[in-house]
Amino acid sequence: MSGFRILVGCKRVIDYAVKVRVKPDKTGVVTEGVKHSMNPFDEIAVEEAVRMKEKKLASEIIAVSCGPQQCQETLRTALAMGVDRAIHVITEPKEYESMQPIHVSKILSKIATEEKADLVIVGKQAIDDDCNQTGQMTASLLDWPQATFASKIEKSNGDLSVMREIDGGLETIKVKVPAVLTSDLRLNEPRYATLPNIMKAKKKPLVTKKPSDYGVDITPRQEIVSVEDPPVRQAGQKVESVEELVTKLKEAGLV
Amino acid sequence: MSNPKLRSQLLYLGKEYPKGYTYFRDRCKTAFMKNKDITDEEEIKMLIARGKFVEKELEALYMLRKYRTLKKRYYE
Repeated sequence: MSGFRILVGCKRVIDYAVKVRVKPDKTGVVTEGVKHSMNPFDEIAVEEAVRMKEKKLASEIIAVSCGPQQCQETLRTALAMGVDRAIHVITEPKEYESMQPIHVSKILSKIATEEKADLVIVGKQAIDDDCNQTGQMTASLLDWPQATFASKIEKSNGDLSVMREIDGGLETIKVKVPAVLTSDLRLNEPRYATLPNIMKAKKKPLVTKKPSDYGVDITPRQEIVSVEDPPVRQAGQKVESVEELVTKLKEAGLV
Repeated sequence: MSNPKLRSQLLYLGKEYPKGYTYFRDRCKTAFMKNKDITDEEEIKMLIARGKFVEKELEALYMLRKYRTLKKRYYE
């Protein structure tokens, strides 16, 4: 039985450890000269695909990233982790600022059809916009089943058995392939790319395409009105007893 | 004798070291220089094993740091 063809989405975001600063004109955050890396949840998605290939469940893994020229670094990391080839859908930096999950999911679904993918795995959300939409929208556009917030993926008789992390606890569902999966934090621990693999990755195929190659229009559909720092946390008050707490609550008009 | 593969992998990992790349690079260089005249095969093997151990420790450090930050940010 031949393995799955897996498409993995990798977004280039500001590194998780960087302290984000809002631009003085309040139109966004400072990205110039700031360290960027692959979205951590996408790293987990790539790792899952690579593990499936190692277990011979998958036959080919293709990584996709949409954005400016620097996205190729993100794709090189994916290639170094074990992905077979990469597709870079290039956009102007200005266009990238207004790019939304709706645009990305249209592109991903077109690529999935073209590449005859069996699985599309993406991170559950990006740590910069926290949209949590791309996976779900892609599934809808492809009319494929989706298993989101996956913390465990297992093969069961040609279908997939996926354990999901939901508010109430853990839920296990069965999905038929082809399907879209989104990875949650506890799905796996991504590997660190070794230098030899990074060197080898330079020889793996990476093609550059444009959104128009897939017939996708990336004109912005939203306008960012303003970006501000979150409000400074007010200092709390310590109380000595339950009675005092009740009095204070009554004073504040909350009880 | 400097094992270039081990050395370059350690330096690559050291780029994200919390105390800074320069700190890591200097300590790494000192460690390799200290042992450069050793010719006993057994000892060399042991030192290389120790170097690989440091590699694994670094990877574990970075992984834990990332996991804990994300867990705090998204799950609490």
